[in-house]
Amino acid sequence: MSRQLREFIVDRTGGESGAGAGTSGSVGKLADALQPRFKLSAGRPAAVRHVWLDTFDWRLHRTGVTLEYSIRSGSYQLSLVTREGVRTAAVPRLTLPALAEQLPAGPVRDLLAPITGIRALLPVVSTVGTRRELRVLDQERKTIAYLTVDETTVPEMDATAPSPRLAIVAVRGYEAQADRIERLIAGLPGVAAANGSAFRAALAAAGLDAGSYTSQVGVQLVSSMAAGPALASVLLRLLDMAEANVDGVIRDVDTEFLHDLRVAVRRTRAALKLAGDALPGGLAARFAPEFRWLGQLTTPTRDLDVHLLGFDRAAADLVTAAAADLEPLHACLVRYRAAERRRLVRGLRSARFTCLTHDWRAALSEVRAAEGEATRRPPQAAHEAHKAHRAHTPQAAHMAHAAQVPIAELAAARTRRAYARLVRTGSAVTPASNEDQLHLVRKRGKELRYVLEFFATLHEPAVHQSAVSELKQLQDCLGDIQDGHVQREAIRALAERMMAENAVPAATLLAMGELAAQLDATANHARGDFARRFAQFTSPRNTRRIALLAEAAA
Amino acid sequence: MRVYATYNVKGGVGKTSAAVNLAYLASRDGRRTLLWDLDPQAAATYLFRVRPRVKGGGKALVRGTRPVDAAIKGTDFDNLDLLPADFTYRKLDLLLDAARRPTRQIARLLAPLAREYDAVFLDCPASMSLVSENVLHAADMLIVPLIPTTLCTRTLDQLTGFVGSLNGRQPAIVAFFSMVDRRKRLHRDILADLTRQRADVAGAAIPAMSLIEQMAVRRAPLPAYSPRSLATRCYQELWQEISAWPAKLAHG
Repeated sequence: MSRQLREFIVDRTGGESGAGAGTSGSVGKLADALQPRFKLSAGRPAAVRHVWLDTFDWRLHRTGVTLEYSIRSGSYQLSLVTREGVRTAAVPRLTLPALAEQLPAGPVRDLLAPITGIRALLPVVSTVGTRRELRVLDQERKTIAYLTVDETTVPEMDATAPSPRLAIVAVRGYEAQADRIERLIAGLPGVAAANGSAFRAALAAAGLDAGSYTSQVGVQLVSSMAAGPALASVLLRLLDMAEANVDGVIRDVDTEFLHDLRVAVRRTRAALKLAGDALPGGLAARFAPEFRWLGQLTTPTRDLDVHLLGFDRAAADLVTAAAADLEPLHACLVRYRAAERRRLVRGLRSARFTCLTHDWRAALSEVRAAEGEATRRPPQAAHEAHKAHRAHTPQAAHMAHAAQVPIAELAAARTRRAYARLVRTGSAVTPASNEDQLHLVRKRGKELRYVLEFFATLHEPAVHQSAVSELKQLQDCLGDIQDGHVQREAIRALAERMMAENAVPAATLLAMGELAAQLDATANHARGDFARRFAQFTSPRNTRRIALLAEAAA
Repeated sequence: MRVYATYNVKGGVGKTSAAVNLAYLASRDGRRTLLWDLDPQAAATYLFRVRPRVKGGGKALVRGTRPVDAAIKGTDFDNLDLLPADFTYRKLDLLLDAARRPTRQIARLLAPLAREYDAVFLDCPASMSLVSENVLHAADMLIVPLIPTTLCTRTLDQLTGFVGSLNGRQPAIVAFFSMVDRRKRLHRDILADLTRQRADVAGAAIPAMSLIEQMAVRRAPLPAYSPRSLATRCYQELWQEISAWPAKLAHG
């Protein structure tokens, strides 16, 4: 069913061909161009709406795939364009956003699901207009290709209308004939091969950029930038990321919005803790408690999300109990999550949250603007300002110094410090250490990871990649230990809560016990792997990598 | 992927009409459908306006020098593809006989298509040959058109006996009455008796109508050019019965 797709842009005035107008005259011109080998059978123009879908983090775009949902004469169709061709599926009317698993079963869903994962499909851009479909027939009056002429506009304010597009879709097994049709049409005046897809044209018309959201920090730092403004740039990027996810959290589009919001908040808190002294005016001390509040606000819902996301797999892994025994637990988790989410949404709509983001942005923008001023100020004046700061108090002097040192110097110092702290904490772990000590190692690991991410653009990419990869393996191990422990305790707490509510049959309690035992086993297995992972991470080779990163930054 | 084969030792009983119309109805239900025209006469291929030619012929397919999916042609209908007939299929028995495991070649060739298609229809030539034996091994269900004559029970019994003697997996057999002329008392009686007596005979029957014969003139499946006709309704009933057949068997 895979079909090739060739597209042309048609001059809006129609040129001599008038191919884009979709009128009977232009159909005649197309038919003439295809004579004598092929004939055209023209359908009537129909109103059509195209909606392109992608996940919030552009997973389809990054995979080189586009997904189009078109609505025409009350029928709904999904078209998935991959490098191999086009796959279409007639679908019922979709309610968007939708997870891939909510789409009708079939090859389109099968291809989409591994790409989108747990992220929902959202409308990215849409066009409305008319489509005229023409069938190209051979001598036997067999359809060998379809021509579609789309004339659309983007229903956004100030959007420019994309040029009419003419597409050739080859019927399977008739690709050679479609090539010939393509050559004949390409020779028509006013017709030019399309530079990009209809999706790209619609994005351009709407003034949108594909792939504009990413959860990477990716702030381009220059070694000589003063640390304060440079850090403010990183923190502003994190604020953008946090704010970009708020709407998705409030609308409960998918669980990754909350995940990414939490990542942005955690990174912000880590930056304040590890390098907050580079910000002037006690900003770190002023805002740190507010971000702590925000982190805590999001935790209960995320914890329940984690339980629910892993629920089916955990239920399938039960040996003694039946998966169905866990249904009351699932119902409780869903109910608790709904309640926690209401609290979360209230928090995100509160004046406290609005003030936090507003004041934080204003303060950071001011710090970043100082970079421009500093570069304009004569060196002597900057030196005087530096001296004045130093004369104030020892702490103020330290902070003023940290704000004005080049970012590379600060990055090097904080990378070395974060690594040393991780090595020290990890080395203190013995077989007798409790979960709290391992949790502390995990926190130190995260701190190092964030430092590396903040200053990534100062690093040699290959060394950075290798160091992060080693760290990630250690973190995965620590994550398994910590998650197993936390979730086991959470199962215990849930069991007590459900018992107090009289909402738990005995079979469910037993199944929850088995679940807790499974989590324990996973944590113990990871625990057994810690020493090896830590030794690998602190190997001379990796220690050298961290040193190289610090040196490169400096 | 479910493989259906329209089969009868006799010719001119409505095998190709059934294969084309049932494949069309399956595709219209949203099933990704392939019709393989195994008959060198190429009637199904003609009905879909496709040139009856496979590059390299049956030899290339059986020997695997040309993959089956490269020979597939899209029809004018969504979800419905055709593997065309080729005149070399008249020697398909010889080609199959030269292969290793000669009775399992068609099943082998269909195996890679399982991800791509939900339903495959095999339109078989009228014969009892190595091709037929291959079809019996490849099919999940044999759809057997019967003209209501006094000998049709014997034909069906012979086929059932032969299928029962096969080693390994055996296809379900579903017969249906084709070219029924209700003006003839004999047709009416046989139809009534056999549909009552035999569990392997479908309740739906296809009438003898010139509208069905016009498929060769219109060169399209009947439901495509005459969607509301009595004949189309009969094929729809037959398809509903066939597509629900495994459940029916399971419930005894």
